[in-house]
Formats: sequence, structure tokens, C-alpha cells
Amino acid sequence: MTTQAPQFPGAPVVRREARDKVTGTARYAADRTPAGCLYAWTVPATIAAGRVTAVRAVDALAVPGVHSVLTHDNAPRLQEPDDPILAVLQDDRVPHHGMPVALVIADSLEAARTGAGELHIEYERDPHDVTLTEDHLGLYTPEEANGGFPAVRNRGDVERALAASPVQVDATYRMDALHNHPMEPHAATAVWADGHLTVHDSSQGSDKVRGSLAQAFGMDPDHITVVSEHVGGGFGSKGTTRPQGVLAAMAAQHTGHPVKLVFPRAQLAEVVGHRAPTIQRVRLGADLDGVLTAVSHEVVTQTSTVKEFVEQAAVPARVMYASPNSRTGHRVVALDVPSPSWMRAPGEASGMYALESAMDELASALGLDPVELRLRNEPATEPDSGRPFSSRGLAACLRDGAARFGWHDRDPRPAARQEGRWLIGTGVASATYPVLVSRSTASAHAAPDGSLTIRVNATDIGTGARTVLAQIAADALGADPAAVHVDIGSTDLPTASLAGGSSGTASWGWAVHKAAADLAARLAGHTGPLPAEGVTTTADTEQETAEESPYARHAFGAHFAETAVDAVTGEVRVRRLLGVYAAGRILNARTARSQFTGGMVMGIGMALTEGCGIDPVFGDFTAKDLASYHVPVCADTADIQAHWIEEDDRHLNPMGSKGIGEIGIVGTAAAIGNAVRHATGARLRELPLTPDTLLPYLL
Amino acid sequence: MKPFGYARPASTDEAVRLCAAGPGARFLGGGTNLVDLMKLGVETPRILIDVSGLPLDRVTRTADGGLSIGATVRNSDLASHPDVTEDYPALSQALLAGASGQLRNAATTGGNLLQRTRCRYFQDVSKPCNKRLPGSGCPALEGTHRDLAILGHSPECVATNPSDMAVALAALDATVLLVGPEGERAVPLTEFHRLPGENPDQDTVIRPGELITEVVLPPPVPGAASRYRKARDRASFAFALVSVAATLRVAAGRVEHATLAFGGVAHRPWRARRAEAELRDAPATPAAFQHALIAELAEARPLRDNAFKVDLARRLALDVLGELTERQQARTG
Amino acid sequence: MDSLALGADLEPEPVVDEHSTVTLFVNGEETTLTVDHRATVLETLRERFGLTGAKKGCDHGQCGACTVLVDGRRINSCLLLAVTQDGATVTTVEGLADGESLHPVQQAFVERDALQCGFCTPGQICSAVGMLREAADGHPSHVTPPDTETGPVALDADEIRERMSGNLCRCGAYPRIVEAIEDVIE
Repeated sequence: MTTQAPQFPGAPVVRREARDKVTGTARYAADRTPAGCLYAWTVPATIAAGRVTAVRAVDALAVPGVHSVLTHDNAPRLQEPDDPILAVLQDDRVPHHGMPVALVIADSLEAARTGAGELHIEYERDPHDVTLTEDHLGLYTPEEANGGFPAVRNRGDVERALAASPVQVDATYRMDALHNHPMEPHAATAVWADGHLTVHDSSQGSDKVRGSLAQAFGMDPDHITVVSEHVGGGFGSKGTTRPQGVLAAMAAQHTGHPVKLVFPRAQLAEVVGHRAPTIQRVRLGADLDGVLTAVSHEVVTQTSTVKEFVEQAAVPARVMYASPNSRTGHRVVALDVPSPSWMRAPGEASGMYALESAMDELASALGLDPVELRLRNEPATEPDSGRPFSSRGLAACLRDGAARFGWHDRDPRPAARQEGRWLIGTGVASATYPVLVSRSTASAHAAPDGSLTIRVNATDIGTGARTVLAQIAADALGADPAAVHVDIGSTDLPTASLAGGSSGTASWGWAVHKAAADLAARLAGHTGPLPAEGVTTTADTEQETAEESPYARHAFGAHFAETAVDAVTGEVRVRRLLGVYAAGRILNARTARSQFTGGMVMGIGMALTEGCGIDPVFGDFTAKDLASYHVPVCADTADIQAHWIEEDDRHLNPMGSKGIGEIGIVGTAAAIGNAVRHATGARLRELPLTPDTLLPYLL
Repeated sequence: MKPFGYARPASTDEAVRLCAAGPGARFLGGGTNLVDLMKLGVETPRILIDVSGLPLDRVTRTADGGLSIGATVRNSDLASHPDVTEDYPALSQALLAGASGQLRNAATTGGNLLQRTRCRYFQDVSKPCNKRLPGSGCPALEGTHRDLAILGHSPECVATNPSDMAVALAALDATVLLVGPEGERAVPLTEFHRLPGENPDQDTVIRPGELITEVVLPPPVPGAASRYRKARDRASFAFALVSVAATLRVAAGRVEHATLAFGGVAHRPWRARRAEAELRDAPATPAAFQHALIAELAEARPLRDNAFKVDLARRLALDVLGELTERQQARTG
Repeated sequence: MDSLALGADLEPEPVVDEHSTVTLFVNGEETTLTVDHRATVLETLRERFGLTGAKKGCDHGQCGACTVLVDGRRINSCLLLAVTQDGATVTTVEGLADGESLHPVQQAFVERDALQCGFCTPGQICSAVGMLREAADGHPSHVTPPDTETGPVALDADEIRERMSGNLCRCGAYPRIVEAIEDVIE
């Protein structure tokens, strides 16, 4: 096969689609324009609650180039979809602002947009409620939070323990909604041909999308192909099926033409999910040595009237620190708002902002170094479950990070360092993310010419999946990764799980490893030339992934931040951000580093620039475009470093890997907020830390 | 975006004539704001008169030592022009603090002066807005207005002018030259943009069919230093929360000359005349600066969520004046 | 009434030509075509020329994914009407490489892993190419010290970050992008 020495996982192999991406030849969903393609423009509801009473399409249809207008009156009827947000154009109800209420289809994008502007829609408005408050009368305790976690867990007697603690923290932290805003807007190009539906969709998992489409259109999944060859980021927003594919398929069915639909950027926030706003009360009790006696984390959040989604922000407190008494709970209220959903590290990102800020407050109250405080509360087993950890590298991350960052020279006094007009401070926070894995299938094929092909419906949303899967297969086959061809991104391939929950590499890689190892064994036992059809093996990890692990399995990390606060304007700059992670074996150092630092950059946004309220009068998000919703720009970043600690954890998967796509954002905002506290003395408990929030605390 | 016609006149006279020929004509420069607004449905021109190719793309010294800036000079070219970086650094700084490299490569001087507010209600045709549709109301007054005006607003409109460049031009005593159906005229930049009053649909005093041809700067004040600074929500590529442009000359510890303008606080670049009057001949000390700024900002009427801008404007201006004083003293001392 | 836009009045529309013929020199090739006046350069490149490298991330000049070089200058093609560019030279990401040999900026992006999802990458690369030219031409930036000598601007990391801030990257590849551009400068 190859005479080169095999490159084992861990090698910093260049991502294989890099050349396609730097030359512009990598094709995304909207880069497909089949012959005769029409263009669709969605028309969002401009009310927050009520119903559509009339649609006058005559002017829109008179626009040259406009082919048709779909509304709930004439759109194809769908079966009840697997996700209620996909029931678009099915009835007159408007459950939230921005819900698509019409689709204009034309022979050019310009004509479709013009037609949308000429559409006259009348509504009957119902009173709406879009404002989350911690004492909202509609708050209730759900059964479960996102991820299937019980909404409430109690151990011991928190109230009594708190009352008896010599040192206590009782603080409430707030965050507005956050938006995923992948650079690629959600897009789909749909073609019907001979009863077969083909959709190029920007998704994190095309098998999931195919299932949704099959359900909605009442079809056999075999008659649907969904392709997600290259995907321009998702960060959770493409992990569940989004309406673009359904709408494009409806439009294609209605018109008999291929249809391309791209959600306009300003419509995305209201149709692709968001990180729900949270109000989080954290109470900590400790003895004078900083040993926790009580941890209480109570989360208030919102969902929509369409579906229940509960951001599991209190769940990481079940994992992080030892305490004999604990309460973690969630309450939620259904408002007339777009449905929240997954955004990079749902639960962990928001919850660890609150918990790790509170830990910093506790360290201040104790006069104890915040790294040391965390080390003193390392649990022997997972606090909530009592299960042993398969590996727990938090202490190592904290120690290694502290050494690399120069933490030990730190003067703990707040507001004590100034360089020119900049107030300087440093902060630390822990990070955690669970190890998740899902069933996948894969095949491995050796051809008579010696070529090797892996087929698995993995999705590369920017992680470098093709590359690392080639490395995993090459490792099992004793081959050079460059000799392994990898086919991903289509439902024509063996079924696989989605790129979400930092589980992709583990889930797909497990199946790939299994198929490749099987192939290696078959080839080892084979003598003579291979048959003309080659040798193919298939693998299914149903059994392996269904087994409940006796271990608590999580990745851990530590974030260290140095911030500078402009003493005049209150503008905050992150000068240094350093993360150290314990995430099992790192399978490709080059692409792994990018994922870690990328998460940290998003954490900068969460800390400093991102956040979006809802207009109480109109019920819409107040910052819907990229001029008003501030994702970080290059100038918001500076010295950003990611390091990791090699873990040899035998209780994970054949690669020994934990997920790495999300942990970079977990705790980052807390580290930055803690650094701002150290710089200024101001303990702010609301994100983002924009200049207006800091000004009152500056001299 | 509705279909529209397109014309590319060869001269300013032809441009003005074309514009006068029918309703719904709009001059098009770099298009960075107009095309944006057309996509939003806020602007619905029937014909675009592309003036970007007119011979108004030069930066030249005037006879008296000032500077003439053609209306189609691109923001990036203006920011890097040696006469600007040398003699009007605040203008260069303001331009470079605005937008992005790509947008500055497209945006023109004239277009920058005519850009519209970024108030979210103005930009959303599904919502009322007195600026877009007079008489429909101003939801910003009680709505999302953190980024909006603290000075000179009216019950009809609390929008802010988003330009950085215009703030520097206001502090530099620029003049806008216009040509229209009734001939040419010159308008001081500080009078070019309006306060909203009862007709916020009028951003400026420009008359129907008038075209900006030039912006003229007086000669730089000998010995004066100038500076533009901006506070914003992210480190780059964001509109100003508050910005400050100032020129200052200090001699023997006293202010001989001072101009000051604020951005991000009003419907137009806010020339701080009251502060300037207080500063004239005052000692160049933080206390005197503070006094002048408090006098200026006494008339601020912040909205529910933007009171921080009063403090921010004062702090930023105080710091800029202090910086300019230091630089002057370093040079003379 | 769902639209409060101006111009919803009912006076008859004057008859105007809504299309024009323009000649564009795209990646070295001359093409004459008739364009709808509403069509942007971005839409024209993508849907007429089949050059889908330039991406539509926001359609309003707020993200930079559509950046191409027009007459050598980086520009947001989503805000540029094609009709205004008659005679213009347009270079897209597809036109940067010299045959099989990548442009140095492209090569550096590959080696530094200065990309993840890749959607913003064509815009980042075109922007970097234009930005390097601007610095060589002596254009200052927001972070250039005011008393800097005229002439080519030396690009340190802060200069690169400021000058590349018109190109959003949600994957957060910024640190790698800065390194890649530093490699090219060296």
C-alpha cells in the first residue's frame, strides 16, 4: 500500500480540504445552482403573537420574474414533523416574531426579494409576553433540561449547610440571549426528480435532516438524499433540522423547479435557535479553609410556546466540585419568543459563567487564591452520581496553566495595576464538558489497486473531520493517512451521528476504527491479489455506544485571562487568554488547536461583546444583523494559546479521545470577568461587559 | 429592492440635470449605505445617478492653504493622503476609526456625509419611524435606544448620525459645497446636518436635487494639535458609542484655540460651542476642561438607557484635551 | 399593511431601462453581459459566472465574506452593484493562484490552519492580499501611531488584527490568520 511510515493520530496533519477552501472550490449548500433553479425569499412574521388573517400577493406576483408565493393557504401540506419548528406555512398561527409566514419564489434572487417587499400581510395580534423575569408567574419546573438531565437534583440539606457556613456567596448572574451566527447562513438547494428529493443543506448532520424531511413529507427516507459536503459553521444551530430544507423542498415541489433558499442574515436569529437568556442564582457555602459545604445553582430561563428547550446551566455544578450538600435546579417559562436551542456548549457555557464567577467571589471572600480554592475542592468521585471519573485532569490543567501563565506572581489585590490609561487584571476559571458518543456506521474498502476508502456520513463543520478520520483509519490499517480516501457529508454514505455535543470524532471515529481494524484483519489474512470488487468491511457501533459506562466521563480545562480596562472609556481588551485542556488523546494537534482557540474566541464574544435583548413592544430580537450583534473581530483577540495535557483514558473509545469542539468556550467568560474584577475592583454579574456597564465603577 | 434605472453622467451639470428630470432619483457614490438601505426596502429609488465616476476625486490645496476634498474621494484614500495625515490628523484618525478597510475603499466623502442613522427602527420597514415615514411615531423613544441621542433630540426622533468623518470635519470647520438646480452654494459642515425637530426625515439641509461636490477645510490652525478618539462596543468595526474630535493650541499654559465636537450623541455631529467658549483663554488644566465639558453637557437629556453617554462623552473629551495639552507642552517645552 | 416603507404610493412608474450591458474582466477574462441593475457584483459572480468562492455571509457589508479585489482594491462585493463596474477588473479567490501554485497568502493559510469551516476564508484571503498592498502603499490604520513616517507601514500583529477586522470569522481562526499573514510578510 505505502512504503511511508504510518502517521499515527496526534500528528499535526494538514486538513485535507484546506486547499479547496483557500481556492474557493469547496462547495457549500448555496453554491449549488442546478439548471432551472429558482430562488426563494422568506417573509418573516412582523408580530410576536397572533395569526395571519390575509395575504395579498397580487402585487408580489406582478413583479417580473416572480414565479409564485407560498403561504399557509397554498403551501404543500406536511405530516406532523419531528420538530414542531419545522411546521412552516401549515397554519395561520404566529407563535413568535420572525416565524416564516410566506415564501416568494422567483427566477432571480433580486426578483424574489422585490416580490417579498410587495407582499401585503395582515395580522390579528394577540397580546404577547416576551420578557423573562426571575419572578415570572409562568415559571415552572420542567421534567428534564436539555440533554435529558433531570431538572432538579438535591443532595444533603443545602439551606442548613449554607446557614452554618462561615463564608458564603449569594450572587445572581444574568445573560441575554446569544446567537450562533455561523458565517454561512442556513441554506438549502432542493431538487425533485423522479420522485426522489435531493437537498444540499447546511446542516451538522444530514441523516438527521433526511429523517426530518421523510417525516414531514411522509416519504421513505430511501427516496431522499441530503448532502452537507462543506458546512460554514453551525455551533449547534445546524444540529437540529432547520426550516430551510423543508421550505426549499416545498417550493421545489410546488414549482417543479429546483429551488435555492438562503435565510437572510437578519432573519437567522429568529429561526435557527439561540442560547436562551438565563438568570442564575449561585449560593456557595465554605469553611474557613475554603472547603465547600454547600453548592446551590438555580437557573431561570425561557423557552418558546412552540417547544420546550431548557438550557441545562445548572448541570455542570453536578460535576465540578465536591460538596456534601448540593441543589441544582432549572425553572423555565414559555414566552412568545423564538425557540431557543443549542449553541456551543449549551448548559456548560452559560452555567460555568455563573459557577466560576461565584467561585472567584468565594476566593475573594476567603482571601484565598482562586486556583488554590478550586484545587481544595477536587472531588474523589463525581459529586452528583458518585461514579468514579474515567479521568479528571482539572487539577493538572489548573497547575499547568498557572505555571505557563505566570499566575503565581499575581498580586491578588484588585484595582492595583495600571499601565497608562489601562487597568490590568488577571482571572481564572475552570472548564468542563461531558464525553458524549452516539451510534454510527462506517465502511472501509480496499481496492485491488491498493487504494483505501472510508465511507461514513460524518459532517465537517470546520473541525477537520475528514482529516482526523483518515488518521484514525490509517492508524488501524497501518497506512499513511494520505493513502486513505474519506467520503463524508451525504446520506448516501453509511449512517452516522451529527456533528454536535463534541461527539463527532468519537462517534464516527469509533465506527471508522472498527471498520478499518476489521479490514486490516481481513487483509492480513488474505493472500494473493484482491478480488476485483476489493474487500469491504462495515461497522456499526450500536452495541458499544449503548453500554452505560460505569464511569463519569468529562473533559476538563482551565482558562487564564489577562484583561486591560480603559480607565477612561470602560472598554475592555483581552490581552492574553490561555487554555489548558485535559481531553483524552488529541488526535490532530493542528486542527485541535484551532478548535480550542476558536472556542476561546467565542468566549471573548460572550464576555465582552455579545448579547441580545428582546424588544418588549415588537417582540423581536433587538440586534439581528452583524453590525448590531457584535461577534468578535480580529482586533478583539490578542495572545491566545491552547495547551493540553496528555491523558491515557481507557474508558472512552478505541482512540482514547474526548470531544474538544466546545470546551474552549466554557468558563472563558468567567475568566475574563474575573480578570476585569481584578483589574477594576468591579464585580459585574451581567454579560456582556460593555463600556457602559463598567463606567460607573471607574474613577 | 425595486427595479430601478441607472445613469452615469459625465459631469456634475449632467448629474444635476438627470436628477431633476424625475422623482425618485438618487445619487449613488460608493453605495455602502444606499445599496444597504435599498436591500432593506428603506430606500426605493427609481433611478440611480452614479456620480462615482465624476471628476470629483481629487484632494488639492486651496489658494489660502486649506484643503479641497472632492466628493468622490474614497474614505481610504482621504485617510492616507499626506496633506490629511500631516495637517488634519484628526480627519485621518476619524476615517480610520470608521467601518472596515473594505468599506473605506468604497465609501466616498459625499456619501459618508449623507449616510443615514443606524437606529434599528429606521432600518426596519415593518416598524414605525418618523424619519422613514413621517408621522408614524418613534418607537426608539421608549424602546431600544442605548446607542441613540442624548443631545438635541426631539420627541419625534432620537436618532444619531453614525459618521466618524463628519465629527472630525465639524471640529475642523469644514464647509460643504453643493451644486443643484438653483446653482452652487456653500454650507458650513456644522449647519449641514440638522437636528430632528419636527421633521426628522430631513437629515441635512440639502435641497432636492443638490449634489455634494466638495468639502473644503480652512488652513490648519498654526501650532494647533488635533485628535479623534472613539469608544465602541468592540475593538474595531463598530459604530461609536461616543467619539470626540478636538483641536487645541495651548500657549503659556492657556488655551489659545480650541474646537470640540462629539459623535454618537446627536442627530448631527455635535459641535461643542459652549465648551469652546468656556475654554477660550482658560488655563489648560483638567479642572478648566472639566468645567467646560460639564457646561456643554448640562443640556444633555439622556434617554432611559443611554445616560452613560453623558459620562462617557465628558471622560473621553477630558482625556483627549489632556492628551493634546501634553503633546503641545512636549513640543513647546 | 405590513410595510411602512416610503415609496408605497401608487403613482405610475416611469418607464426606465432596468438592465444594462457591462464588460467585466474577471480573473483575467473579459466578459460582456447584461445585468439586472439590482444585481450586485457578488450575486453576478456567484450566479452568472459560477464563481462561488466569494460568499454571502450577511449581504450588507457587515461580515467581509464577499470580499474580492476590484481594480486591485479589496471591497465588499455584496454592496457593489454590477452595473456600476463596467470595465472593472475583478479578482476573486479563484483567480489568486498561479496554476497549481497557490498564492503565498493561500499557502500560508493552509500551513497555519488559518481556517476551520472555510466559509469566510475566500474573503479573508482576498482581504489579506488587498491589505498587504494598502500597507505597502503607506496607508495608515487606526492603530498606526500618528507620528509614523510616511512610506510602507510595517505590519505587526496589532496592525494585522485591526486591518483584518472587516472580515468576521465565527470559528475564531483569528490567531491563526494573523500568524499566516505574518508568515507572508516575512
